[in-house]
Amino acid sequence: MTQLQEQSEKILERVGAARFEAGSNFHDELVESLYTEAARIADRAVTRKGERGRFDTDRTIDRLVTSRWLGFPLMLLMLTVVFWLTIEGANYPSAMLATLLVDMIHPLLNSGADSIGVPWWLSGLLIDGVYLAMAWVISVMLPPMAIFFPLFTLLEDFGYLPRVAFNLDGLFRRAGAHGKQALTMAMGFGCNAAAIVSTRVIDSPRERLIAIITNNFALCNGRWPTQILVATIFIGGLVPAHLAGLVSAAAVVGVAVLGIFLTFVVSWGLSRTVLKGEASAFSLELPPYRPPQILRTIYTSVIDRTLIVLWRAVVFAIPAGAVIWLASNIQVADKSLAEHFIDFTGPFGTFVGLNGVILLAYVVAIPANEIVIPTILMLTVLTARITGTGDGAGVMFEPDSVAANADVLRAGGWTLLTAVNLMLFSLVHNPCSTTIYTIYQETKSAKWTTVASLLPVVMGFVMCFVVAQVWRWFS
Amino acid sequence: MSTEEKVASPAVADSPCEACPAHHAGNLIKLGVNMANWDFVVALAGNPNTGKTTVFNSLTGLRQHTGNWPGKTVVRAEGGFAYAGQRYKLMDLPGTYSLLSTSDDEEVARDFILFGSPDVTVVVVDATVLERNLNLVLQVLEITDRAVICLNLMDEVQRRGMEVDERRLARDLGVPVVPTLARKGEGIPELLQAVSDVAAGRAICKPHRIESPPGLKNALGDLTDEVATAFPGLPNARWVALRLLEGDGRIAEAVRSGEIADLGLHLSSRVPSDAGLVLQEMEE
Repeated sequence: MTQLQEQSEKILERVGAARFEAGSNFHDELVESLYTEAARIADRAVTRKGERGRFDTDRTIDRLVTSRWLGFPLMLLMLTVVFWLTIEGANYPSAMLATLLVDMIHPLLNSGADSIGVPWWLSGLLIDGVYLAMAWVISVMLPPMAIFFPLFTLLEDFGYLPRVAFNLDGLFRRAGAHGKQALTMAMGFGCNAAAIVSTRVIDSPRERLIAIITNNFALCNGRWPTQILVATIFIGGLVPAHLAGLVSAAAVVGVAVLGIFLTFVVSWGLSRTVLKGEASAFSLELPPYRPPQILRTIYTSVIDRTLIVLWRAVVFAIPAGAVIWLASNIQVADKSLAEHFIDFTGPFGTFVGLNGVILLAYVVAIPANEIVIPTILMLTVLTARITGTGDGAGVMFEPDSVAANADVLRAGGWTLLTAVNLMLFSLVHNPCSTTIYTIYQETKSAKWTTVASLLPVVMGFVMCFVVAQVWRWFS
Repeated sequence: MSTEEKVASPAVADSPCEACPAHHAGNLIKLGVNMANWDFVVALAGNPNTGKTTVFNSLTGLRQHTGNWPGKTVVRAEGGFAYAGQRYKLMDLPGTYSLLSTSDDEEVARDFILFGSPDVTVVVVDATVLERNLNLVLQVLEITDRAVICLNLMDEVQRRGMEVDERRLARDLGVPVVPTLARKGEGIPELLQAVSDVAAGRAICKPHRIESPPGLKNALGDLTDEVATAFPGLPNARWVALRLLEGDGRIAEAVRSGEIADLGLHLSSRVPSDAGLVLQEMEE
């Protein structure tokens, strides 16, 4: 035994003896004297005047937004307004970006490549595959994100999120989960991978696992564009034009709320079966409302969120564009690889109310959900042999308008059922590869990572199947 | 100094105050994540939702996202700044209400203040709920001698018709107290001055310490001496002794394994990145 070890043992012995002498309430005594001192010093330093005028405003707002009756309707109303602004506001800049990147620059690149004698397969791969995939992702994603993220961040800075957590706490507790899961769920509306890191605010490992596994039911920004576009084409198309924006927004909110509902159901199921336990108590501070700094918020949410998320999407769109082009242009026995896959999975797809194109799109989109819609459009054009749209086989293109997108999908045999099921499947399917990797990083468990990845896919297929059966029964 | 610093442009004077020679904000150079060769380490502690991250951003020029909800910063963030010719490394610790209990974020914060031996610990305080915030301040002052209190959210204080006497507070606590409104950058120059005064030893802190319970006064004194002799590199033997008496299993384990001595030595030798390294070990 070294000298240091001897000394350490001696210290610990002495500690034991002293603790025995002092009794067990030393900790309490210390905490008590801390609190007394804090109160004494604070009392000496703070003077209050009688008037507390504006503080009452906070209380009034709190009474409204956390009220038993108005809390939830106000929450839904606020979500709807945010999405409505996003849908209405993003349309025009999206079309402008598409005109610039696809209609103007893309032909220029092609003719430029032709004039310097680039072989067709190389220009096809780089310009029709990689460049167009990037162009599509930018024109579809940038405008909604540039509107949605600042709006959401403003709500966050104002102090609304803790009130949401307060409203949802009772439901989470009844589901056997931690109330702070409301906060991580709200983060998931931005990005599931980031939200899974933020589950560190939950101390209990059991409740943290529940929060991680169910976070995928919070619709992330990669999936908002899919929801918004499909809702605009198929749901908004059911009503007169002046109502279309609002009805589409309501449909998207409906899917988001279904996601929240599934979060509760799955949390409840997990905490009753494999992750049994009581919900732990915690204290949540409702911070004072603070006037958001509008300009700074817009700046940071554009830099921190929009551009970073966009960059990630572009990075993943590059290989995806190449894969799509290759799969559509490599012919095996008279058919391209893509067609083989689509024909092979088609019967199963139809069985669950989707189709082979959607299934292939979700395989290609495992790295990033953002590219689902471009992939679907391109593959539909390819397999339905639509002529006069796009530039040829395996070209990811952007038709000029929502109406053109709708024509393509209808020609590909899409119905309202396909659209509804696509929206459902987009909500309930495996997390993207970044999120899966993050789940593994945070849990260090292959088992729970597998559960978190596969559970939603299975649920998604079951859900789509049930909807398809009911639908077909009634029609 | 290095070229990166010249790139950062000095703040443009847009108020008469900022043109005055007594105004020091021009000396602040925000270094972002460039933290090599620091002279001083500054830890940023505080209750959740007091604006620590806002203070962090306004000193480092980084744009860590802030949010008006508790628990936003889940892991510590690092950044750098230079002030009056000296380079500082700033650590934004997770927000905690106390340093006594055992949740992960409290441990990260406590271990850094105790073992990371920061040159200055800035405690960001929500001035509107001073009493609750002082619990943490007093605990920090138990651990370290060198602290500065940043009395934040002073606009809320006014809004609620309250007044906080920062001079009396500074006298009672024995450390500098600086009122700020970090969102608008008000009080940040004064905060920087206070931090640099404490870091360089120009301001001497006599922090307020809790009287130890009478029954244990002698035991605590003896134990403190013994801990200090056994582990000479340790920054605060009294706190370790207190924790041992309270029955903190983790600290007892660190004493038994001798780990606690390594921590003291590692950090007193000031090898760059050591603080981060040790903290990583502790987080695992």
